[in-house]
Amino acid sequence: MADLRSNLAGIRSPNPFWLASAPPTNSGYQVQRAFADGWGGAVWKTLGTPIVNVTSRFAGFNYREHRMVGMNNIELITDRPLDENLKEIAECKKAFPDRAIIASLMEVCEQKPWHDLVKRVQEVDIDGFELNFGCPHGMSERGMGAAVGQHPDLIERVTTYVKEAARVPVIVKLTPNVTDVRFPARGAARGGADAISLINTINSVMGVDLDSWNPIPHVDGKSSHGGYCGPAVKPIALNMVSDCARDPEVNIPISGIGGVETWRDAVEFLLLGATNVQVCTAVMHSGFRIVREMIDGLNDYLDAKGLKSISDLVGKSRNTITTWENLNLNYKIIARVDQKRCIHCNKCYIACEDAAHQCIDRVPRADGTYDLVVDESHCVGCNLCMMVCPVDCIDMLQVDTGLPSESWKERNAVATS
Amino acid sequence: MFPGKPIQKALSHLEVSIEANRCLYCYDAPCTRACPTHIDIPAFIAKIADGNIKGSARTILEANPMGASCARVCPVEELCEGACVYNTESDTPIRIGDLQRYSTDHVREHGIAIFAAGPETGKRVAVIGGGPAGLSVARDLRRCGHGVTIFEAHERLGGLNTYGIVPFRLSSEVALWEAQQVLDLGCEVRSGVRVGDDVAAESLVKDFDAVVLACGMGGVPRLGIPGEEHVWDSIEFIERAKTTGTAPGLGNRVAVIGAGNTAIDALTCAKRLGAACVTMYYRRGEAQMTAYEFEYDFAKEEGIEFRFFCAPTRVVVEGANVTGLELVRTSLVAGTDKLESIAGSEFIEPCDTIISAIGQSRLITAIEALGIAHDGGVVRVDDDMRTSRAGVFAAGDAIFEKGAREAMVVEAAEQGKIAARSIDGYLHGSTSSP
Repeated sequence: MADLRSNLAGIRSPNPFWLASAPPTNSGYQVQRAFADGWGGAVWKTLGTPIVNVTSRFAGFNYREHRMVGMNNIELITDRPLDENLKEIAECKKAFPDRAIIASLMEVCEQKPWHDLVKRVQEVDIDGFELNFGCPHGMSERGMGAAVGQHPDLIERVTTYVKEAARVPVIVKLTPNVTDVRFPARGAARGGADAISLINTINSVMGVDLDSWNPIPHVDGKSSHGGYCGPAVKPIALNMVSDCARDPEVNIPISGIGGVETWRDAVEFLLLGATNVQVCTAVMHSGFRIVREMIDGLNDYLDAKGLKSISDLVGKSRNTITTWENLNLNYKIIARVDQKRCIHCNKCYIACEDAAHQCIDRVPRADGTYDLVVDESHCVGCNLCMMVCPVDCIDMLQVDTGLPSESWKERNAVATS
Repeated sequence: MFPGKPIQKALSHLEVSIEANRCLYCYDAPCTRACPTHIDIPAFIAKIADGNIKGSARTILEANPMGASCARVCPVEELCEGACVYNTESDTPIRIGDLQRYSTDHVREHGIAIFAAGPETGKRVAVIGGGPAGLSVARDLRRCGHGVTIFEAHERLGGLNTYGIVPFRLSSEVALWEAQQVLDLGCEVRSGVRVGDDVAAESLVKDFDAVVLACGMGGVPRLGIPGEEHVWDSIEFIERAKTTGTAPGLGNRVAVIGAGNTAIDALTCAKRLGAACVTMYYRRGEAQMTAYEFEYDFAKEEGIEFRFFCAPTRVVVEGANVTGLELVRTSLVAGTDKLESIAGSEFIEPCDTIISAIGQSRLITAIEALGIAHDGGVVRVDDDMRTSRAGVFAAGDAIFEKGAREAMVVEAAEQGKIAARSIDGYLHGSTSSP
């Protein structure tokens, strides 16, 4: 049994699986159910001046038979009075003292309202704050959420306000709706944030109904952009987490968010430098119980790898991500089709023929069918055939080029010296 | 209504969605290559998946005018589904037939017309026979703008689809809808008219710019045994059963002679009409049966019994009633496929009705009246469905030849398509096929 305990900037939890600030953490009832199922922590649905919501609020992006590959929402922060939320937070903490409860906060960008909110909230026993500078819809129109997260200086200033009053660690939650996420992350660091969490949701329009021509979801025939999340955003989140984890000017712990559904996703975030992960969409799809599979899977994975604790994973792949100019130009792989496993759907053939490098040949066989054979002298090792193969019968094999490793940067340095 | 449930159940919307999305959209797909009409199967399935069901039906029906009935009657295990790349140890083929049914049901149930007649050319073509082959020719000729008159011996169109395929596999409703789609393009129909009897074949050749013989085949040939007059013709039996839902005088014990697909139809039809004991008698063995394996399996499921290596020798009649069938045991001559009767092995099987399903005879009268070359009743055609006589074409079971062509609805549809293309070329004064 590996040690799954997590410590994000002093915030301790029995495992690295937190619920993100979102509909599943809207109430004490929900958070207590989640904790009973084993969640290590919960970031409470953002506290602030209670808002008014609209219906409908969510939409799913389905791909073929897969529902909710992505999801978007136009729900705002809590619509319940602060006192009610604080009372329930206290009850949760009392019932589950070992779990982390983090209060997500949102306020206008002025010192006093932030000081008041922070002081009031930390009257109950909480483990940390998360500043919501990420919510991309609704609140951003009122100068909050992502409107703050898109201005590194504002992030820095508000973080400073919060740090002046906070007695517990402060996490700054970042919006991905920026050109380069390192700049807002650096702003948070400059403001004294103890950690950052990312990504919040991505600006999105989910679709248009082909019959009514209404947007999806719609509120009486209209919609606004919403926040996109779920499995489809994971690659974007991994990139942004990786960018921040490698940036020397950020240099604070990271809580990874974006499309985490299984322990496997969590491991990837940890390897690229996140200390823990936050989950929302997967719970919205399947309920709190999924955390049991996440805990089991992570534990078994660590055992199988002979690792003692999750800290043995954090950042282990951080330096495998670099800039293109540092990649080895002399590394070569080629595709090879295993004829025994091939079912002759020809998907690799047409993909290579139309979209890659025309190096899969259909070699006729006696029975009128074809063998799919890679022209290895022309294969550029792009992976496309392997990607489209429905039965995984294409292996990418490394070829020894006999050449030493040489990057573009190195080659140019030689050329210009 | 015919008793018993249809063999095939329509897929639910959820099943359709799962199945359509499971299709790999193979390139140069083996299913399409295995389809005699070359339906672009990955395309029609992709259109189901992306919600364009009318487009899906168009893809199917463009290639196969009998696409709705073929969805139900095609031996898919031998054709498209048998070729699906998912025929592996761990997967099952895509349910292509069921998906084809889904799309064609959609246009049928919603009354969606897909095709339109072409601009009139003023040319007129006589189509002899309104079955699958004749209807396919007619549809494509109308799409080219040629006038079409269908001469049909039966009261209704559809041929074997309407009258000959057991109702629990293909309802006449589907067959008649399919025929109606062709009629809606503006065909003249002369039903209840038998060419050769009611109208002279030669007058058709004279009065029309081209003639297509798509008359199919005739009834079951004679067995050549005493008491033959008491034996029912399987084609007529199925037709009557399908039309009326009953078979007066069938009795409890039914013997069916023959082991092809029509024999299976007669057997299962008799069983579903209430005969308690229905038995197939075949002079050869199980391995030589010409019925598709899935048909044989179906008959077993329906509770049919089978007797191999016995040939009928006499109908046992008492008074005016059949009481039994006398058979003789047979065996294969070692090392050959020849049969010999075992002397003295005769035995009598008690039964109330005997149905013969040993094949179909040829409509030689019509063929000879048209003065076209044939081989024992099989009309001789070239690859473009041209007979020996200029302006006369043939398609469907009339050109079916054992070992050379399959007597399938889907084959008839393809031949009809080819014939129409060929006739269009002929009428435009070109002899080359497009």
